[in-house]
Amino acid sequence: MSVEELKHPGINLGQTDPQSHAEAEEVVFGFWVFMMSDVVVFSLLFAVFGTMITATAGGPGGHALFDIKSAFEETVVLLVSSFTFGMASLAMKYGEDRKVGWLAFWLVATLVLGLSFIGLELRDFVQLIDKGDGPDRSGFLSAYFALVATHGIHVTAGCVWIAVMVIQSFVFGITREVKTRILRLGLFWHFLDIIWVTIFSFVYLRGIV
Amino acid sequence: MPVDRTARKDELRDYVLGLVSALVLTGIPFALVAWTRLPVNALLWTIAACGALQVIAHLRFFLHINLSKQKRDDLHLILFTIMIVLLMAGGTLWILFNLHARMM
Repeated sequence: MSVEELKHPGINLGQTDPQSHAEAEEVVFGFWVFMMSDVVVFSLLFAVFGTMITATAGGPGGHALFDIKSAFEETVVLLVSSFTFGMASLAMKYGEDRKVGWLAFWLVATLVLGLSFIGLELRDFVQLIDKGDGPDRSGFLSAYFALVATHGIHVTAGCVWIAVMVIQSFVFGITREVKTRILRLGLFWHFLDIIWVTIFSFVYLRGIV
Repeated sequence: MPVDRTARKDELRDYVLGLVSALVLTGIPFALVAWTRLPVNALLWTIAACGALQVIAHLRFFLHINLSKQKRDDLHLILFTIMIVLLMAGGTLWILFNLHARMM
């Protein structure tokens, strides 16, 4: 078996659809450029959070605020959603010609996990704000909400995108455009998972220690 | 199509490995933080190490990025981004902590 030529990050269509594969290189690379700029945005939010870590203005710090069980649940939900998206990519790549079934199934599974993640995160936010520890409490909490909510908004956008792709795959079938769009959506989704790993490590675990 | 089937198996294995390593690398620091009383410094280093390993595992297994020559452009972009991040985020932390120390 010859080694498949990889043209871009994420799953490559390769021999299963050579024409789409050739077309994907350019658009996926363009999307990769966007994601790298998003990395810079998140890293600066992390830097702000780092400088604010002691700026609690007499209010509670990470140890008193964060519920590690809840953060762990959110992490597991998001990790599993990355896996189900991988399954969706495989279903798209190797699925029988133009059959939507498994692709839609895994995409919907990812969507459900993504929505539960947002639900859990909103529950955390509401609890914090109810206790009076909203973003207006201290510099530390402002930085915390800015960082974590930016990630949450990204996940929300990802969920909208997944829903759109499920609809498109039913309306248009699994065409070349739909395939390259799902490739890019996959990059976005796995990328958000990486950002969450760093948030879980450096905001929640570090805060609780 | 036998070629397709082996390729599919390889890629499926990647995703499963990705999920397993991600869960293990999340579970270790979580368990240590939640149920043990290690010294703070040891905990922080473990968290940082597991976090970094997990990021690499995600890049490798979910985003299929490796050091092969075929994907030079993407890798260059990652390296460039790391440089920008070091300059901007690292510079921010350096200057503000320095200032903080001088104000105390």
